[in-house]
Amino acid sequence: MNLHPVRAIYMAEMARTRRTLLQSIVSPVISTSLYFVVFGAAIGSRISEVNGVSYGAFIVPGLIMLMLLTQSVSNASFGIFFPKFSGSIYELLSAPISHLEIVIGYVGAAASKSILLGAIILATSGLFVPLEIAHPFWMLFFLVLTAVTFSLLGFIIGIWADGFDRLQLVPLLVITPLTFLGGSFYSIDMLPPFWQTITLANPVVYLVSGFRWSFYGISDVSLAASVGMIALFLAACLVAIGWIFRTGYRLKP
Amino acid sequence: MNDPIITINGLNKTYEGGFQALTHIDLTIQRGEIFALLGPNGAGKTTLISVVCGLVNPTAGHVLVDGFDNITHYRQARERIGLVPQELTNEAFETVWNTVSFSRGLFGNAPNPAHIEKVLKSLALWDKRNNRLMTLSGGMKRRVLIAKALSHEPRILFLDEPTAGVDVELRRDMWEVVRQLRDNGVTIILTTHYIEEAEEMADRIGVINRGELVLVEEKAALMSKLGSKQLTLNLHSPLAEIPANLQRFELSLAAEGYELIYTYDGSQEEDGHAISELLTALEREGVTFKDLNTRQSSLEDIFVDLVKERA
Repeated sequence: MNLHPVRAIYMAEMARTRRTLLQSIVSPVISTSLYFVVFGAAIGSRISEVNGVSYGAFIVPGLIMLMLLTQSVSNASFGIFFPKFSGSIYELLSAPISHLEIVIGYVGAAASKSILLGAIILATSGLFVPLEIAHPFWMLFFLVLTAVTFSLLGFIIGIWADGFDRLQLVPLLVITPLTFLGGSFYSIDMLPPFWQTITLANPVVYLVSGFRWSFYGISDVSLAASVGMIALFLAACLVAIGWIFRTGYRLKP
Repeated sequence: MNDPIITINGLNKTYEGGFQALTHIDLTIQRGEIFALLGPNGAGKTTLISVVCGLVNPTAGHVLVDGFDNITHYRQARERIGLVPQELTNEAFETVWNTVSFSRGLFGNAPNPAHIEKVLKSLALWDKRNNRLMTLSGGMKRRVLIAKALSHEPRILFLDEPTAGVDVELRRDMWEVVRQLRDNGVTIILTTHYIEEAEEMADRIGVINRGELVLVEEKAALMSKLGSKQLTLNLHSPLAEIPANLQRFELSLAAEGYELIYTYDGSQEEDGHAISELLTALEREGVTFKDLNTRQSSLEDIFVDLVKERA
């Protein structure tokens, strides 16, 4: 592996983040803070504890996960879509660089940004609610793996998208609803039994559950199921990306 | 000279919709030459370059770059190539310095600010190094694309329509840059619509039409082989017809008889004698002229003839 091209892509993507600091960092932090104000302080004060955790603290892992998923997908998809859109992708495709190096550069940058955002939001949430992290290693494990996996998904979407509208399609119509319905703001045992069963088909439930467990030791599904789901997601994304590069799908005629 | 740096064998490309862009292309590019690829719009010039550079998958055939297959040994093949695309494609919000440095890294090289500085200075971009690309003129953007392609010190440079949309002065500056690159040992392959460009710069010329390479020839040989010359005499008095004693020369009349045009093959030594004979014969016939000029058919004439023939 040649690290120079990986570094070049990674640094260029991070430079884009710095250029668009308001949109990249400040905006997600503000919107997450608004969630805390509305759900944590205003409405949360009227909601009793969930499994022994105050509602404000309960939603912290879900909020971080919501941001992590949407930001990973949108960062990574934009990162690879923009060169396609501007035409400068010719340079990437004609460079002596392996597919793995391309993916590490783009996905690594998108995931780094999401992880950084996750850390900032975690720190911000500490201003609103008392935080405890029962299993810091597992918290990092879920944070990093979710960021990487959904950045891979974003990379796939960026290659698939042939216009800005499609770029927004999956984050808006799939990721956000799945996250909202994935137990970010509630425990699934608050739902009627029928909807509990339906909810288990939502993969995000497993991610939010595992992540919340790393904070408070409470979960909707077992830790093994959460780890299994994220591993399955990761494997599916890797297979899809392997296929894209092997066939040149939407990259090489 | 037989030191191939690019060897293309049996290259075919049929796009998904069934359009055959390239048909059995065999071509060898020699190290250190400037090779111009001419062809009308849609002839396959850009597809050919794109296949060599790895942007388009070939349907059949092989490309060797300095001995390395461009698919199985893509790293070795691609690191030798710099590509300047036809479209002005770049990251609008980046600065000149950053985008050129990015290209160097992307091609697997460690940062080398001294080299980037040299490249930018050679392309008169040094003063613009901190400017964002979106603030540059079209000509400057084109130079940035060349700088990006040169950032990793390639041995082969592909220039796809390098001077399209560039003003005359800038075009001549670019020709000078290309010549300097050739003098430094870089092999140049350029496609162009400006026949003048090929005529001015190329060592060899290939003509591609409807995906087929119709001709590859040394420029000088091509011009002398296919190019004819014309001697035009502006007569004092018009001629109604060619005098009988001048019928053995290939003459024609124009401008209502005021111009007598002699067409001959400029490459033959005996043509010089024929001109002397013609002038003597004219004097004998009492045909006098006030002015004369000669014109050699340009590459453009040759190109138009070739493409028309195959159409």
